[in-house]
Amino acid sequence: MEISYFAIIIGAIFVNNVVLAQFLGICPFLGVSSKVETSMGMGAAVTFVMALTALVAWPIQTYILVPLHIEYMQTIVFILVIAALVQMVEIILKKLSPSLYQALGIFLPLITTNCAVLGVAILMIQKEFNLLQSVTYSVATALGFALALVLFAGIRERLDFEDVPKAFKGIPIALITAGILAMAFLGFSGLV
Amino acid sequence: MNKLKIAISGIIKNNPTFVLVLGMCPTLGTTTSAENGMGMGLATTAVLIMSNLVISLIKNLIPDKVRIPAFIVVIASFVTIIQMLMQAFVPALYASLGVFIPLIVVNCIILGRAEAFASKNSPVDSMLDGVGIGLGFTLSLTVIGAVREILGSGAIFGVSLGFANYTPLIFVLAPGAFLVLGYLMVLFNKLAKK
Repeated sequence: MEISYFAIIIGAIFVNNVVLAQFLGICPFLGVSSKVETSMGMGAAVTFVMALTALVAWPIQTYILVPLHIEYMQTIVFILVIAALVQMVEIILKKLSPSLYQALGIFLPLITTNCAVLGVAILMIQKEFNLLQSVTYSVATALGFALALVLFAGIRERLDFEDVPKAFKGIPIALITAGILAMAFLGFSGLV
Repeated sequence: MNKLKIAISGIIKNNPTFVLVLGMCPTLGTTTSAENGMGMGLATTAVLIMSNLVISLIKNLIPDKVRIPAFIVVIASFVTIIQMLMQAFVPALYASLGVFIPLIVVNCIILGRAEAFASKNSPVDSMLDGVGIGLGFTLSLTVIGAVREILGSGAIFGVSLGFANYTPLIFVLAPGAFLVLGYLMVLFNKLAKK
């Protein structure tokens, strides 16, 4: 496939932003993004897990599922891989780097149910990327996720001080804010 | 518990989209038209009913520690079955829903109901709960899809309403999903208060 790495990166971070254009990972986007700091933690944890998922899921698809003609097992295999991976990362981090574990710890269990991770694993296979392209795509997507989360958290920190009408409080105003943010990101379309 | 009550509470009182705010990714991602929203809702409902039934049947066989992984495997199996059925019988809908069909696995509604309801109640009650929550989800998705389709492409269920040339396309694009869901939630909050 003749796609430059630059196009993959810009496309995944800005043009097809995983949260604002593809609607993956909305739950952590709405749930975790009330403070800039926690958003950065979540973004870092997701980047880490997504890169690992690409590294593990791609060889499984290419060297096990395709040769055995059991591609339909993809969904089951990938979700198990992700769940196992998250568990393993948690155990290893706890042993090797307690400080990093402290920073990322609380976000790790949340990642298994983050549909962006499974979504990216499925999409990179659909787009027929090779291993290096897949990893690039995953990391760029995760960075896009982190970017959207941090931007949104910055807005929400200010929103806390505003006088929002009662029926709009909480999720509704967050969704409308996200809509306006998504509109800003529409400006990137056609860039790649 | 009253059987009818179980099925009905999922539609309004425990509406998964507007009250529980679960399963936001497919809610936003697949509601570009009423038909897509409804298709996604029905696919999720089918998985929900079957997984609730099976999990309720095997709840005593699963050790508590590996409960969640076991649930996920059951759910993923049904998602794979639905995926194959849709590919065979409704290929157009399958293509337009795309990656969101395999992603039914990580829809928190399904795992949530498995954990909160099916693992504690009888198989019949669990199926009814699946029907109710599934219908509530389908209804919400269809309404959101219909609003976006009317505003964005001037049609409903693919039937043109005659003002397609005067509609803002933004409602079919990504920002429209957030805006429509946000305002519908406000409306639901207002009406529910009364």
